[in-house]
Amino acid sequence: MKQALWGQVIKVKSILKREYEIPANDFALAGEASSNVRKILTQLGVNPVIIKRTSIAMYEAELNAVIHGNGGKALVEIFEDKIQILIYDEGPGIEDIELAMVEGYSTAPDSIREMGFGAGMGLSNIKKNADEFLLESEINKGTKVYITIALF
Amino acid sequence: MVLCDVLKLIDGKLHTCEEEVDIYIKSACGADLMSDVMAFSKENALLLTGLVNPQVIRTAEMMDIKVVIFVRGKKPTDAMCELAEEKGIVLASSDLSMFTCCGLLYEAGIVGTGN
Repeated sequence: MKQALWGQVIKVKSILKREYEIPANDFALAGEASSNVRKILTQLGVNPVIIKRTSIAMYEAELNAVIHGNGGKALVEIFEDKIQILIYDEGPGIEDIELAMVEGYSTAPDSIREMGFGAGMGLSNIKKNADEFLLESEINKGTKVYITIALF
Repeated sequence: MVLCDVLKLIDGKLHTCEEEVDIYIKSACGADLMSDVMAFSKENALLLTGLVNPQVIRTAEMMDIKVVIFVRGKKPTDAMCELAEEKGIVLASSDLSMFTCCGLLYEAGIVGTGN
């Protein structure tokens, strides 16, 4: 029994775990965490299509944390069969998640739009590229974005 | 079409990765809105844009875009060139407008796969 349990623990243990700080309002640095994860996945020999989907989903979530969440953190765990990403911030939170998911809806300020972002495509793009996507948000507490991408 | 022929067509100048002029370009996209590049661009190796900031390089990296051409005479900053060199992304620029660059490349057989 113990052996079986041990076996299960081994099976779910991640191959690699990384934690990244996402600096607030530093647009020049936004994407650094996603870029690093991309590099790791390339070194691990992950399928390029999966790398691209992971990069897009994580980069969109990272940008959201910079733009809307006053920065935050990214936790990335790579398992034998999947990549799990949690990006969370302690920002103002999302008032209406359903509305935020609508393509084209955005609360990004003009300064962000001038940088080429904030078109209201980010959340739906994360959902499109992830195998599992969960968004949790509480007003004045923050937002959590859970992304899972299957490796096979 | 190889990159050096693309550059000849639009009178483009290289800013980084000068050794990569033999990259083969089959399809391209043109946009100033990186949100749209992230959401709609498919397998494009070339991005034409009038937007100049480091997130253009980041977007190119995430989208597997190998070449970014700045149109309307825009030039990348030194910091952008440094980041692009690090990522192996070619930066080039053309004085022609977005419309003219896209038209010339389309006429020469480069397609758009974003849909």
